Amino acid sequence: MALLDCENLRKSFFGVEVLHGVSFSLDRGRVLGLVGENGSGKSTTMNILGGVLRRDGGRIRLDGADYEPRGPKDALARGIAFIHQELNLFENLSIEENLFITGFPRLGAAIPFINRGRMRRRARELLEQVDIRHPPGTPVGQLSQGERQLVEIAKALSVDARVIIFDEPTTSLTRREADRLFGIIERLRGRGIAMIYISHVLGDVTRICDDITVLRDGAVVGGGPVAQMPTERMISLMVGRTLDQLFPERTATPTDTPVLEVRGVSQPGVVHEIDFTLHAGEVLGIAGLMGAGRSELARILFGLDSFKTGTIAVDGVAIEAPSPSVCMDRGMAFLTEDRRGEGLMMHATIADNIALASLDEYASPWTRFVERTRLGDEVGRIGQKVRMRAADPMATLVRHLSGGNQQKVVLAKWLLREPKVFILDEPTRGIDVGAKFEIYKIIDTLVADGAGVLMISSEMEELIGLCDRILVMNHGEIQAEFRRGDFDSGRILEAAMRRRGTEAAAAPAAAMREAV
Amino acid sequence: MNATRLRLVLLRNAPVALFIVVLAVFGSLSDRFLDAQNFTNILIQASHIAILGIGMTFVLLTAGIDLSVGAVMYLSVALLGIYLADVPPLLAVPAMMAAGALFGLVNAFFIVRLRVAAFIVTLATLFIGRGLALWVTETRMVFYKDHILSLARAEWLGVPWAIWVFAIVFAAAWLVLNHTPFGRQVYAVGENPDAAAKAGINVPLVLTAVYAVSGACAGIAGFVSITQVGAAASSFAMEKEFAAVAAAVLGGVSLFGGRGGVAGTVFGAVLIQTVQNGLVIVNADPYIYPLVTSSIIFLAVFVDSQRSRILERLGRRRIRIEERPV
Repeated sequence: MALLDCENLRKSFFGVEVLHGVSFSLDRGRVLGLVGENGSGKSTTMNILGGVLRRDGGRIRLDGADYEPRGPKDALARGIAFIHQELNLFENLSIEENLFITGFPRLGAAIPFINRGRMRRRARELLEQVDIRHPPGTPVGQLSQGERQLVEIAKALSVDARVIIFDEPTTSLTRREADRLFGIIERLRGRGIAMIYISHVLGDVTRICDDITVLRDGAVVGGGPVAQMPTERMISLMVGRTLDQLFPERTATPTDTPVLEVRGVSQPGVVHEIDFTLHAGEVLGIAGLMGAGRSELARILFGLDSFKTGTIAVDGVAIEAPSPSVCMDRGMAFLTEDRRGEGLMMHATIADNIALASLDEYASPWTRFVERTRLGDEVGRIGQKVRMRAADPMATLVRHLSGGNQQKVVLAKWLLREPKVFILDEPTRGIDVGAKFEIYKIIDTLVADGAGVLMISSEMEELIGLCDRILVMNHGEIQAEFRRGDFDSGRILEAAMRRRGTEAAAAPAAAMREAV
Repeated sequence: MNATRLRLVLLRNAPVALFIVVLAVFGSLSDRFLDAQNFTNILIQASHIAILGIGMTFVLLTAGIDLSVGAVMYLSVALLGIYLADVPPLLAVPAMMAAGALFGLVNAFFIVRLRVAAFIVTLATLFIGRGLALWVTETRMVFYKDHILSLARAEWLGVPWAIWVFAIVFAAAWLVLNHTPFGRQVYAVGENPDAAAKAGINVPLVLTAVYAVSGACAGIAGFVSITQVGAAASSFAMEKEFAAVAAAVLGGVSLFGGRGGVAGTVFGAVLIQTVQNGLVIVNADPYIYPLVTSSIIFLAVFVDSQRSRILERLGRRRIRIEERPV
């Protein structure tokens, strides 16, 4: 008998059914990969399991008994732990306090004080199980993202979780940290803990899961042991058609007109002698491992961070004192890798977000008031251009949108300014396959209209599928350049991991994300 | 240790350095300043602000603010003078704490249940509290009987009574914040209320409790203050809420929640009082008191922001090691 058995789960929001009878089961010591596009019902299903939402129909049996959680705390008490994409940790508290925040060991039943000694001993045991070597009293704020994830797992172990749900656990991890996480998952599997693993990174799913269940539009559309579910099959089930191409046909070819010229840009400790030219109509990719200096370069180019030597020129004219506003005036646009934190006002409407970078252009020359009708029309036009799917851009809040639609909002915001140079930092991170394709199409339209796109990505296939040229960064330097036609993922990877001097090439071969 | 790290160490200990400078300056200006009796006086004078600040610290730790505490002080001493004039202090103080806590619960009702911003709610209840106190006292000055006034000079084991109260409140608050589940949950809620709720912490309960604690502390502060002042005019405890916030901020409590503690607040309150005491002893023009005090608060906050900036710079990732450091 399966440990967890979900049968015919149904859920409606405001009278609209979003889960139409989802069924799956999970055995002890197995890892179930749950894949599907955003909005396919993965989160809703997991929120029901984790006690965040209540189901409208169907039944769940946990270890043979009916399972009806009244809330997250109740779910946890029954042994189901949900590790959310945004971690629930308190940076100002120590690791041990985070582990026991809702169930501190006390000095006695009637004594309200925390038993620090017992807490420390219990914390040590738990941290050992997830290979964290920091003392339990270390503030969580000092841990890396990967270590924080492991603390969350230790927290689940502290309540003897039988089922652990991971929701996109690797989005903010380096490859090495992700590998460490997978090692722990492996170990937990050996101890008989059942896990549900949600991710868009299908390479990871294939690597660590035993079984796969594919969701589409609130229903299970396929599944089975991982051996019978190659990546292509997962994708075709997810999108409901065979994707004969993951990337759109490029409609334009690069011109010889330079739009962005970077000459000898260096900043000690960050980047060294960066030299390249971006042309109108060109998509120029920057490949590299995490920490190669790609995002840092992007920030320097957009005037967010300073640099010591070198010049940056747009349209042949050097930018004297770079700052974001100067760079914007000169026709640059920058999509940050942290869409939620830096790219969007999550609690504002779609329209307000799109208008943000262009308010000056739409101010009346006399009163300096924003001309709302003119702006509104333009926002509507741009929204159509990026194929925004939202009922009412003036009323819908950005935080209610899927990752793909949020990224479209950011793109629309910049499109409104009609820039010549786009710097895109991981534009498709955490976005499902269908929405990725649409982002690619938007990028293609941008360059067809004569802009130049500098695209940073950790997904090799994406760079190879979309770019005209690829620069490889490593150690804050450009190591290699590849032109369309002789793209070779092996050689690109080799350049990305090449080490200088005495340092051994110790980076694991899986260091590059092999995602869809 | 390189220059940046050295600066960091200096900046981290800046409040202590500031304190030493204050001692040195006033000590050299007057030989009465560096005197044990004077320090006792400073502690007595600082006690009501420190107690008020301790309560405020609970609220600030949850990223809230309680501007009504001065009004609660006045209201609680008004109740004491009018209704509890003959009650022994051992019963009167708990009654004043209860009245303050009740007032805090009213604040909490609007802030937690009706989700009105704490700043707005407590700004309103500041005026409501003062209004109620004026109504209770019929706008007249309230005088107190000898069994209360005599406490100003009362001692136990050679230590003045006000310092005992101060010490007990501090010890209790420190224990609660650092060594009880509730205290740690206060820090958790202040750091990230959403995560706290998801982790299963009863966030509304924690928030409600901190405003009750703040109100109760204001009740105690009112009592300690009235034993020293002797009479409550309509301006009693006016603007004390700002002194309490200043003490907490000077002691390193963040207005954004989750950072700091009561030890810092007590330090801040004592530092402010030391400066004021020093100014009195050197016969400074009373009109410059606020200027000096506010400059010191500004300096401390400025130093703290400098420290955060350096920390942020140190935390920035290095991608490559340069052969020759520039």
